Amino acid sequence: MARIAGIDIPKQKRGVIALTYIFGIGKSRAKEILEKAQVSEDTKVSDWNDDEIGRIREAVSSYTIEGELRSETQLNIKRLMDIGCYRGIRHRSGLPLRGQRTKNNSRTRKGKRKTVANKKKATK
Amino acid sequence: MARSLKKGPYVHYSLEKKIQQNAASGKKSVIKTWSRASMITPDFVGLTIAVHNGRQFVPVYITENMVGHKLGEFSPTRSFRGHAGAKNKGKK
Repeated sequence: MARIAGIDIPKQKRGVIALTYIFGIGKSRAKEILEKAQVSEDTKVSDWNDDEIGRIREAVSSYTIEGELRSETQLNIKRLMDIGCYRGIRHRSGLPLRGQRTKNNSRTRKGKRKTVANKKKATK
Repeated sequence: MARSLKKGPYVHYSLEKKIQQNAASGKKSVIKTWSRASMITPDFVGLTIAVHNGRQFVPVYITENMVGHKLGEFSPTRSFRGHAGAKNKGKK
């Protein structure tokens, strides 16, 4: 029913929560949008009338969201990689950018553990 | 934390002097510098700056996109050649 910003159809949820299903809108932005559109945060998406949806759409359109935002971040990363700065190099090699340790942890960047076979056992 | 705007970008004084000399003379020679903390300002664009990485000077050609970054970001101080044994894995 409610189609906001193209494809997102969150339903049966409170307005603030439903809006956060849009990429680029978190809780604080959702609150701002609803305040601007003068819709209560607690009304369910299914209870919005056409007039309210129109106002919400208008408020949402002032932010860069979804595909546009994704391509923007991709471009920013590409810029870093193209100029060959430290952060760009780290992006290329898939390691953390901000000086975190890489001896252990940082699994989010490095992905699943790759075990090295035939690793020599420590001799006592 | 970002540097105070009041102070403006940090550029080492001797590097700044050399940049200005370069601009005045019109020819573009490579400028050697140890000042990795200096910010790249729009005056740098088009110059080649040899930035020290602790061992040698890495020539960096400054493009417009680099403005606002520091010189040291373009001259890596560590060289990771890969882990032992990783070579064999690659061949398979």
